[in-house]
Order: sequence, then C-alpha cells, then structure tokens
Amino acid sequence: MDYKKFDEQDLNFFLENFDRKRVFYGKEIREDYSHDEMGTIAHYPDILIQVVSTEEVSKVMKYAYDHHLPTVVRGSGTGLVGACVPVFGGIMIETTLMNHILELDTDNLTVTVEPGVLLMELSKYVEDNDLFYPPDPGEKSATIAGNISTNAGGMRAVKYGVTRDYVRGLTVVMPDGQVLELGGKIVKNSSGYGLKDLVIGSEGTLCVITKAILKLVPLPQKTISLLVPFDSFSEAAAVVPKIIKAKHIPTAMEFMERGTILFAEEFLGKKFPDTNSAAYILLTFDGNSKEQVEAEYDSVAHLCLNEGAKDVFIVDTDERKDSVWSARGAFLEAIKASTPEMDECDVVVPRNRVADYIDFSHDLEKKMGIRIPSFGHAGDGNLHLYICRDKMDDVTWKRTLKEAFDQLYGKAFEFDGCVSGEHGIGYAKRNYLEEDYGDYTMNLMVGIKKAFDPNNILNPQKVCEC
Amino acid sequence: MKILVCIKQVPGTTQVNVDPETGVLIRDGVESKMNPYDLFALETAFRLREKMGGTITTISMGPPQTTEVLEESFYMGADAGCLLTDRKFGGADVLATSYTLAQGAKKLGGFDLILCGKQTTDGDTAQVGPEMAEYLKIPHVTNVCKIDSIDDGGMTIEMNMENSLEIQMVPFPCLITVDKDIFTPRLPSYKRKISLADDVKVQMLTLKDMYDTNEKHYGLSGSATAVERIFPPESNTEKEMHEGTTREMTQVLYDILSEQKYI
Repeated sequence: MDYKKFDEQDLNFFLENFDRKRVFYGKEIREDYSHDEMGTIAHYPDILIQVVSTEEVSKVMKYAYDHHLPTVVRGSGTGLVGACVPVFGGIMIETTLMNHILELDTDNLTVTVEPGVLLMELSKYVEDNDLFYPPDPGEKSATIAGNISTNAGGMRAVKYGVTRDYVRGLTVVMPDGQVLELGGKIVKNSSGYGLKDLVIGSEGTLCVITKAILKLVPLPQKTISLLVPFDSFSEAAAVVPKIIKAKHIPTAMEFMERGTILFAEEFLGKKFPDTNSAAYILLTFDGNSKEQVEAEYDSVAHLCLNEGAKDVFIVDTDERKDSVWSARGAFLEAIKASTPEMDECDVVVPRNRVADYIDFSHDLEKKMGIRIPSFGHAGDGNLHLYICRDKMDDVTWKRTLKEAFDQLYGKAFEFDGCVSGEHGIGYAKRNYLEEDYGDYTMNLMVGIKKAFDPNNILNPQKVCEC
Repeated sequence: MKILVCIKQVPGTTQVNVDPETGVLIRDGVESKMNPYDLFALETAFRLREKMGGTITTISMGPPQTTEVLEESFYMGADAGCLLTDRKFGGADVLATSYTLAQGAKKLGGFDLILCGKQTTDGDTAQVGPEMAEYLKIPHVTNVCKIDSIDDGGMTIEMNMENSLEIQMVPFPCLITVDKDIFTPRLPSYKRKISLADDVKVQMLTLKDMYDTNEKHYGLSGSATAVERIFPPESNTEKEMHEGTTREMTQVLYDILSEQKYI
C-alpha cells in the first residue's frame, strides 16, 4: 500500500497543534504500543497521540486524510488479533485519556461515556447506581470503545446478548475528520441503513468512536452460580443444549476442564474449590430475590444430576463466587504463562455442536502431539482454544500452528460456525474470514470499507483488504 | 476422631448499615451467610476427618433461623449440627458467648478437637475461640496456618505470629482457630442437600438443657461488657510513595512484600 512516509513536516504539525505531553514519537514510544496482548504481530507507529476530545480526533483525521497517512486507533491494547497494530506505521490515536463517564440518564436508562472508559470502571459506576451493563467480557481492563469495535461478547451473552445489543448511539469521527452522530438515546430506529451497527464490530477500520450511549437495565439483586462436575467433557457439554431445550436461560454457561483449572491454580497461587473431576460446567442465574433464583436453578440442578453430573456445587456468597470466578477470569493469562508462545482460535459453533467440536480438538491434540487447552462459553457456542508452542522450534511452530488452525477453522465451518465469536478478525484471522465468507461477501465488506474510508487510511489491512 | 466446629451466621454483605440512634447493626432485610472465616475451620475439619476418620459436629448460637448455616454445614459434609438457642442467650458479649458455646460443647461431650475460624466478619474480636478453651480448660492455639502432622495423641501445627511462624505441638483435646486460606473451602453440595433433606436435623439446645442452668451466666446478664457505640471505620485512602533508583525501589518493594509476607 502506498502511503506518504511520515516526515518532519508531519511531526511539526502534531508538535505544534497538540499538547507536547500527549505526543510521542520515535524512541519516546513505549514497546507496548507496537503490539496487542497476543503479540503475534508487531510494528511501531511513527507518532502516538493521546487524544482528549472529539475535536482533537477530528483534527488528527483531517490531517491524516489530507496527507494520506495511515492511522490506527488504540484503547488499552488488550486485543488478541492484532487489530490495533499499526502495520504501516503512521499515526496512532490513543483514547485512554478520554475516560470520562459523561451522563447517567435514569429517565432513558442510558449511560453516555467517552471511548477510553474501562469496562471495570463502567460496570462499577452503573452498579453503584443500581443499574446494570450486562456485557461481561473477561478482560475488564479493556476500553468500552475497544469492546464496541470487536462487538465483544463475554459470559452473560447467553441471556443478555452482546455489546451490539447495548449500544444505542455513537459519536464517530470519519476518516476525513467529519464528526457524525449515529443512533442516539432512542429505543427504536427504522431510519435507513443501520450505520451504527456497521461501526460496531468494525475493529477501527471505518471511523473513530469518540462517544457512546449505552443501554442499561435494572441491576439483578441476586446472583447464584452452580459449579457442575462431570467425568468427561463430552458429558458436560452434552448437558448444555438440554438445559436450553428445557427452556432455562442461565445468565452464563461456561465450560472448563481440569487441566485449565490447574493452570489457573498455579498462576494465581490459589486452590480451586474442587478439582476432582475432568470437566465442569459453571452456570449462573440472576433475579430479584434469593427465592426466585433458587427456584430457577433447582430444576436445572435436577436436570444436570439426571444427565450424569457427579454433583452440583452451590456458589452463593461473595467468597465462593470469588474462589470460582477468579480462576475462570485468569484462564487466558494462566494458559499464556504455561507456554513460551501461543495463538488462539475464538470460533463460534452452534450450541449443540460444542461437545463434538471440543472432542475434535482433543483428537487433534493427540494426532498432532500438541497441547490445545480450551475454555469458553458453552451457552453460546463461543470457544477459546489455545495452540501452545511449548518446546517447538521456530519452523516447526509455524508449520504446526498453520496446520492446527486449518484443521480447527475447517471443522468450525463444517459445523456452520464462524471464525470469531468475540475477539474479531483484526490482522491475524483475515485468511480464515475469506475462506469462510468467499469473494462475494468479502467484496460487500470491501465496498462498505470504501464508502466509509475511500482512501483506505484508517487501520488498513485489517478485517478485509481493499 | 470427634471434631466440633464453631460457626456463626453473619450479615451476607459488608455493606451493613448502623442505626445512627442505637448504634446497633441493622440486620433486618439483610441476607445472612456463614462467617467466611468459619469456612476454613470447617474445611480443616473435613481434611482431618479424611485422614483420621471420625465425625464432625457443627455448633452455633443464635435465633432459630441460625439453623440455616448449620444445614449448610451438612451440605458441605458435616455429620451433625447443634444450635444453642434461647431468649436468655440474647445480647451476649464475647465472654457470655464463649461460656454458652463451652457449655454446649460440654453437653454434647467427648470432642478431641474444637475448630474455630480466626474471627468473625461482624464482631471481629477473635476472642471467642480462646475464651471457650479457657472455660473448657483445654489448650488452644490461635491463627493456625498449617497442620504439619497429626496422630491420635495430638498435632504439630504452625501458628502465624504476623512477623514469624511458631511451630507447636498440641495434645488432644484442644481448640485451634485457623487462619484464612489454610485450605480452600469446598462448596455446598446440592446433591447432599436433596439427599439429606429429611434425614439430618439440627439438634436444638436451650438453657434448660445445659449443665449450668443459672441464667445469670448467659446472655446480657452474663456479659461483662456492653457495646457503647458501633460505627463503620473510616476508609483509609493513605498511599505510600517511594522514590529512588530501580535498585533502591526493588529493595523497598522486596522489604514491603516480605514484611506483609507475600513472599
């Protein structure tokens, strides 16, 4: 791709027009900014600007547009597919200083936030006000705009849906610097194409989000989880569609295997309450009273026992929730700490194929002689599988990784699944997206990208290639 | 081996309000739970039973609804439970509570080991265990963070003394209070809950069941102290800032972590 090289004149523009303390270039740019959390691809930007307002973002974009400079937006950098890595260098817009909660509207049940508000700050703020922002991705230090950009899902998707279901309105800066309001506090909207929904999940390729209006719901007063042990993963996973079929909708349905729990124990230096079984399903129920929640979990607990569960453990107090959920929250980091390098597969398959899919991954582990620990959202079919490098040399690792990915994605497509459930496509998964969608659909996406960003300056070579 | 575990029902959340006029905790409408520290005592009992065999009885003092936490101990694995409940037991301070529990333990009789959590989350005195042991005239060790060995005669334990660890041998019968995180507590089992539903009942003991039936020794009248005022502690936002070279800061950080026993 042919971009203008970032030169001294460009540097001077930014040094003159922005607060020097928020502009970094050359060696001033920390290594962190060259990659995301997975770190499979790395490249430094030429300049990093920590923006504080929509106007500043607009000013940066206008300059980038006029001078044909590639530009990437970054939040906390917690992504896993290289979406925030500036593969062509150029400008990096960093949003973490735009971290203010602007308004809580209790008439419309919305909260208006700047893009850099962290997920953990958002949930604490709304819950302190007896309200609830249901999307619950595991990475709580991600920014809200990062969540919007990947249409992040999380554990409560099975009952409450994903980030897209909670975004009412967005303020965005287009690649030419134009500021647009998409959606608003309105509940319904049949007014033309849903541009807001195109922006959600676009991974910073269409425009820059500078403000979001999010939908809230009343905070459930009581939450209880059940940890259900099984002798095998197949038995555990097989129970999930049966729970759904019996018309029970838990808030979350996670699966975990003993191996992954043991990694988390070692990583956290803290024992899990039970590690006697090969596989577990973790179910959560919420409601407005203890009685209501107990009545709901009662029939699911019976169903699990009838379907071969060894027991059903009750996770009802803060301490018990912490002992179980802190391990669940540490799975990614724990697996990462168990191997020098890894890459992940964030596929989503229909819920009734989860058991078959994980069985397939176990067979693949044996066949290829590699480790593929996994965990994920049994209730919505979104699985996280991690191919571990362990002791492989460079050449073997690259070959093995490709072969394992080919097999895992191939099987997901065979099951009518998709490449990514919640982590996005970014840079790393483009080939598999193309393989899944084919030319016609990819061309539609390219058309959308061109309509938003005709000069292809915003996060180029991500999601789809122009 | 016969083990007795003392448990208490406490408010289910740390967000408990205090009545500004009476200075008493507002418990109405607040959910309750088993004192989190007692879960460690209970788990210690389960581990010792796995090793030595025997039975575990749980005991608590409180109004009739306290049976909830005793039942919960059944779902976790306790064999029997006893509630000391009587209006005459009401308003007890640490001393009267310890006396009542000691009387209950005497009445049930024959325990080799009594286990308590190191403190409660509502009273926080950490005194009931030791005082109970004094009334029962048995040795006690507090803040036990590890059990090194156990046989029919006694145990070798490690006691957390804040800045040091003390290794002690203690003969049975004795009482120990265990530190947080000695073991990760197991979760209550729904399977036990439904299978035990009609079989195991909490034993209720009232004043007239005790060896000492003198009501002046119990509850408010048996208390040596009275609560004058309860107020929430001021939250501490104090921060420590250190400046220096990387080498100096490494040493400072190491010292802090060592002092706090994280490393």
